[in-house]
Amino acid sequence: MIEFETPKPIAQQQYVLQTVAENMMRPVSRYFDEHEHEIPWDYINFMHQAMKASGAGSLAPKDEKKEQDPNKPKRPPIGYQLLAHMLEIISWGDVGMYLVTPGGGLGAAAVQAAGSPEQKKKFLARFAGEKPTFAAMCMTEANAGSDTSAIRTTAVLDEKTNEWVLNGEKIFVTAGDKALTEYEQSGKGFIVVWATIDPEAGRAGMRSFVVEAGTPGVKVTKLEHKLGIRCSDTASIVLQDARVPYDHILGSPTVEKTTKGFKGAMATFDATRPLVAATGIGVARAALEEVKKMLAEQGVEIRYGLPRQKLTNVEREVIDMEVMLRSAWLMVIKAVWMADNRKPNALESSMSKVKAGDVVTKITQKAVELMGPLGYTRDTLLEKWFRDAKITDIYEGTGQINRLVVARHILGYRGRDLR
Amino acid sequence: MYSFEPSEEQKMLIDAVSRYAVNDLRAAAHDAEEESKLPQSVVSKGWEMGVLQASIPEGYGGFGEHSVVTGVLAAEEMAYGDLAGTLAVMTPGLFVLPILLGGTEEQKQQYIPPVIEADWQPYTAALIEPSFDFDPNELKTTAKADGDDYVLTGEKTYVPFAKDAEAMIVYANLDGATQGFIVPKGADGLAVGEERIKLMSLNALPLYSLKLEGVRVPKANRLGGEAGHDMGPILAANRVALAALAVGVAKAAFEYSRDYAKEREAFGVKIAQKQAIAFMLAEMATEIEAIRLLNWEAAWKLDVGKEDAAKDAYLAATGAVDMVMMVTDRAVQILGGHGYIREHPVEMWMRNGRGFATFTGLAIV
Repeated sequence: MIEFETPKPIAQQQYVLQTVAENMMRPVSRYFDEHEHEIPWDYINFMHQAMKASGAGSLAPKDEKKEQDPNKPKRPPIGYQLLAHMLEIISWGDVGMYLVTPGGGLGAAAVQAAGSPEQKKKFLARFAGEKPTFAAMCMTEANAGSDTSAIRTTAVLDEKTNEWVLNGEKIFVTAGDKALTEYEQSGKGFIVVWATIDPEAGRAGMRSFVVEAGTPGVKVTKLEHKLGIRCSDTASIVLQDARVPYDHILGSPTVEKTTKGFKGAMATFDATRPLVAATGIGVARAALEEVKKMLAEQGVEIRYGLPRQKLTNVEREVIDMEVMLRSAWLMVIKAVWMADNRKPNALESSMSKVKAGDVVTKITQKAVELMGPLGYTRDTLLEKWFRDAKITDIYEGTGQINRLVVARHILGYRGRDLR
Repeated sequence: MYSFEPSEEQKMLIDAVSRYAVNDLRAAAHDAEEESKLPQSVVSKGWEMGVLQASIPEGYGGFGEHSVVTGVLAAEEMAYGDLAGTLAVMTPGLFVLPILLGGTEEQKQQYIPPVIEADWQPYTAALIEPSFDFDPNELKTTAKADGDDYVLTGEKTYVPFAKDAEAMIVYANLDGATQGFIVPKGADGLAVGEERIKLMSLNALPLYSLKLEGVRVPKANRLGGEAGHDMGPILAANRVALAALAVGVAKAAFEYSRDYAKEREAFGVKIAQKQAIAFMLAEMATEIEAIRLLNWEAAWKLDVGKEDAAKDAYLAATGAVDMVMMVTDRAVQILGGHGYIREHPVEMWMRNGRGFATFTGLAIV
């Protein structure tokens, strides 16, 4: 039965997070944009306590293993749907600040997706600890962006000590600094590093490793200065003979002929892509709402229902923005609904990311354009949202990579048929 | 809760309609368009699918209840076969559904069963007017109260099956509001154009213009009786119907060009293996899905009576106009020179596509 009613638990969370977004994020949004690399500890501490209190602990979705009362009708799972709504709202508050929300982010998600039960226990418990704690995912290298098979970082097993020895340089690590640097206010984090255990094996040799903060040989070498999402640290990390215990490898330590392990890693993107799309949509919604509010203050009313020929240009633009935003959001909802219901969603996941990447870029660009001098000024947040939104079409797979994924699916092609 | 899964009943209906769309409508579409004639047997068979009958309660001769979502799903599927044929099959709905949505109990009892319980018959409605800024909420055709009657004056166009119609709803401006009036066949002052009007596409659908020169109808023929009716839900049901049809046409064009691209070779590979083509196809599929979901939500909101349902229906229809134009245009582009030749259906779908900005009033679910 086709339905579009927001589930009650989600509506309740929306209400709470709306307050957080309005009161803890928006008032300092501009400040942290202008003061790149300063850390919003107030927000971080608040979110950490709030998530601990609510039992959320981490933004990563929980395994749903609660004993079901057999007499009660089974409720369909909504974990990813809830998460998508939460991320959308706090990104509506400020997407840069969302990216410094403690709880492990993509690093924890990688452990959650590929780790053994023991590894999950060992690495994920810290996020419910006293202090806010961070983790990060290190995939990109200077010469390996979307083409992750070009990763050159190596992991060699030292059989004498039974340790993996990692060497290489990672760039564009979101929250890399907070994951590795032990601040007074934060707990001990980790990074998940992608490396090859067999350079001859290509993708089949690719594995991920948990590297704890404080590991000798691991160093943050640079913090990027970016177009937007400035509140979020983007780090370069060098690994020089960094030694990690044997059991820090996620997945099988032996190289098989298949690329199963690698594909498993790629499959985590099926879950995360619509979530990243959701964050972009939060930014675009902020921009669109602001435009409509500013127009209303000027006495401009959007006359829905008129034929196109009778609308003003401003009305047409706003209506088109609404069409784009809502349809992209529904694609996100569908993708996470499929994830919750264990339906294969690689196509819908990438599609939602393609669409969101496009529309949030267009909507925020239009918002600045439509408001003229009031849009381009740093007195309002429109220009910031324009800069913030652009990253949606770049990280977690560029628009082009996701088009490739979509195209392969709709054509029934594999990588070698369409590259 | 969210769900994107049609019910079992809906799936069965979609399946049946889908077979009809491909085996009958699509098979007849090319010749119907070229010869400006759709075989009545094809139309009758489409009627027997029972899409409209299933949305009418038993009390009025149907066997179900009105569901905009179900109507949307069926319309998508049927238009995948052929737009003109689908509009022909759906035309009696233009008469029946507004009465169901806005009519008095008496009007429902009187007008709906004779249409629903019989074979397909020409019952229709006249909304569109011949002006560039045609606006369903500001019609130029007027209705004036005069004694026990309303007097209708004005011009209409794009009225399907007007020549043979047993009865039609004529929409007119009554003191600033759009209201429907039931006009029987052969009413005095009602002049149906001698010739069918000719459009860029929809050749298979007989469309006529109308002149209303002081057409008198009794007050009882006003939709909703003395109190009249709200045009909002009727227009909204029109809009989601059009958006659904646009999705169907776009899906047809997308799949045809996708399959072509997987066959056609250039430079030693299939053209679908070139990113220039593959990316076009990826974007076409994405846009179709986007508007489809937007329209589903609007349809669902209409069914459950959400406050902003009419606005969402408008947004879905607006988005659908751009989507179907973009998708059908690209389908022609992917076939290249072959796309421009009338042996392939994509050029017809492109002509269909451009019409959606104009078709408000030609379909309802």
